[in-house]
Amino acid sequence: MLLQLDSVSKTYKDAHSTVHAVEDVSLQISEGEFVAVQGPSGCGKSTLLLTAGGLLKPDAGSVKVNDQDPYAMTPDARAEFRAQSIGFVFQQFHLVPYLSVLENVMAPGMAAKSSISEIRERALHLTERFGLVDRRHHVPAKLSSGERQRAAMARALLNQPKLLLADEPTGNLDHQNAETVLNDLSEFAANNGAVLLVTHDERAVAHAQRGIILQDGKIATTSIGSGAE
Amino acid sequence: MTVWKLALREIRHRKFSFLMGVISVTTAVACLVGAQTLLRADRVITEQLLTEKQSEIEHAVAAKEEAVKQAGVELEDAMRKHMKGLGFNVLILPIEQSRSELLLKGMTASMPESYVDKLASSKIVSVNHLLPSVSRRVQWPEHDREVILIGTRGEVPILHRGLKKPLLEEVAEGKIVVGYEIHKDLKLKVGDKVTFKERKFTVSVLHPERGSTDDVTIWINLGQAQEILGMQNLINAILALECGCTGDRISVIREEISAILPGTQVVEKYSEALARAEAREKAKESAESSLAREQESGEALLQQEKQARNQLEQQHAGFASVLVPLVLIGSVVTIFLLALMNTRQRTEEIGILRAIGFKSKQIILVFLSKAMLIGIAGGLAGIALGFWFGWSLGGVASNGIDWEKLFEADSLKFTIAMAPVLAVVLTGIASWLPALIAARQDPALVLQSG
Repeated sequence: MLLQLDSVSKTYKDAHSTVHAVEDVSLQISEGEFVAVQGPSGCGKSTLLLTAGGLLKPDAGSVKVNDQDPYAMTPDARAEFRAQSIGFVFQQFHLVPYLSVLENVMAPGMAAKSSISEIRERALHLTERFGLVDRRHHVPAKLSSGERQRAAMARALLNQPKLLLADEPTGNLDHQNAETVLNDLSEFAANNGAVLLVTHDERAVAHAQRGIILQDGKIATTSIGSGAE
Repeated sequence: MTVWKLALREIRHRKFSFLMGVISVTTAVACLVGAQTLLRADRVITEQLLTEKQSEIEHAVAAKEEAVKQAGVELEDAMRKHMKGLGFNVLILPIEQSRSELLLKGMTASMPESYVDKLASSKIVSVNHLLPSVSRRVQWPEHDREVILIGTRGEVPILHRGLKKPLLEEVAEGKIVVGYEIHKDLKLKVGDKVTFKERKFTVSVLHPERGSTDDVTIWINLGQAQEILGMQNLINAILALECGCTGDRISVIREEISAILPGTQVVEKYSEALARAEAREKAKESAESSLAREQESGEALLQQEKQARNQLEQQHAGFASVLVPLVLIGSVVTIFLLALMNTRQRTEEIGILRAIGFKSKQIILVFLSKAMLIGIAGGLAGIALGFWFGWSLGGVASNGIDWEKLFEADSLKFTIAMAPVLAVVLTGIASWLPALIAARQDPALVLQSG
């Protein structure tokens, strides 16, 4: 099992209110699986994704990635584990604005302590794979939205993670670019990876093998997606 | 990709923030180096000025000394000339010689001629030019007139001294030297033959008018005079010339002569020449005292200059001791605020780097690398600016101070060598807290807000 969430709960509290963002969620994703989580805004989708990615410690329940509990690790060990095992793709791309495409793609390599030449080799390969050869030395501001998201995808895959967590990756893309990104995610899953996609995009469900609808922090329904066919 | 590359890319992206940091460090280092250079320039200029002043004063004093010395030599020479011009001014007389009789009738008492030899062979220093003589008012029967007859054998050299040119030449036997009134009345010329007390003499010298008893005096050889006067081996007086000594001369002379010749007395013939000599002596004393005053005033001037320079140096040092720490603190605060601002600007970037696996240590390194670059750039620029500032304000060029002199002091070398290190340490300290804040940033919060 690549990702296993058991009865995970996360509550946000402040002086005036308490919000149960995720409540008693259990979820397993195996190698080769592409799972899409849908739901209305504020239903806890992003919280679930961050919790699964070792970025947000749950109040209750356990999280295991590749049979390891990231929250049992020290912050630095967890960061290194994240760098080696999990890839992230975000709606806002979150590329470092002053680094070129190639440097952005290479950045996770610094965290994973890989050799520079190896990182560069992989980054060159990924930029080629995602059609960014001509854009390698451009900064994000010079790229189109689709190119930025492809650069973010390439960055997420640099350390060859098994698990890819994507938060609304198609939210800022046109139809054609969104389709390309979803195809890339499917391809990643098909190559013994696992994808947990959080989205509003109905098209994404068509690529997933399993669809989960989250409502008020709880799993409302689970369905088999078109991608399973 | 390396941490350095990341820092350099960020600097290129946010040039203004980097520039502000560099300016802040440059200002602090420039203040430190400038103050040190200025203080060092002050010291060097002070040393130079004081050396020049000292040299000027020494030259002035040396010139004055030379003038006084010259005046001394001139005085001595003048004294000698005066004394010489004065003629014999010390009379060594037999103790029985009454002063009243001396003035009224001339010399009446006598003493052995050997006294002069005794005196000449002694170690006497207070008189020169010893001249034994007999002197008597006598009738010149051949011309029926009264004259003063002086018999002299010539000067007796004082043995322990070098030979001196005699003041008065010996009158040879058979020769006669004649005073003005006499040779004028008798219409005598050099070479004329005259008879005195039935003895023949040839006129050898005719004295010009002197306005003294010399005008009615004739001089002949001592032996002949003693024979004429019936005073064989006796003399009336030893004439001498006192030395050019300062102070109470006559007491010294009396003391010395009475020790050698106990049966004698010493009479000094006071004159205008002596008064002039004394006046010159006073003038010498005055010149010496003026020299001493010149030396004192030079010292005082030097001391004054030293105090003024020290005061200026202290003022500069005091100003620097307040300004430099203030600017350093200001710089640290500015860098801290800039780094804090930078942390806020980079929230998203730091969040994403943390999310993709950057450790807190790596985030701190990214910030500290930038701080180090700011420190190095600011430190080097600060050294150049500060040195230029100190150089210009300290008047290094205008005072002709050379580099070597300026860098003789270890403190300036040390400051310049350590300034970049200090700048890096200061920026590191100022950036440390913002770097920690950045490293502790929760990536989840950033990603959620995005």
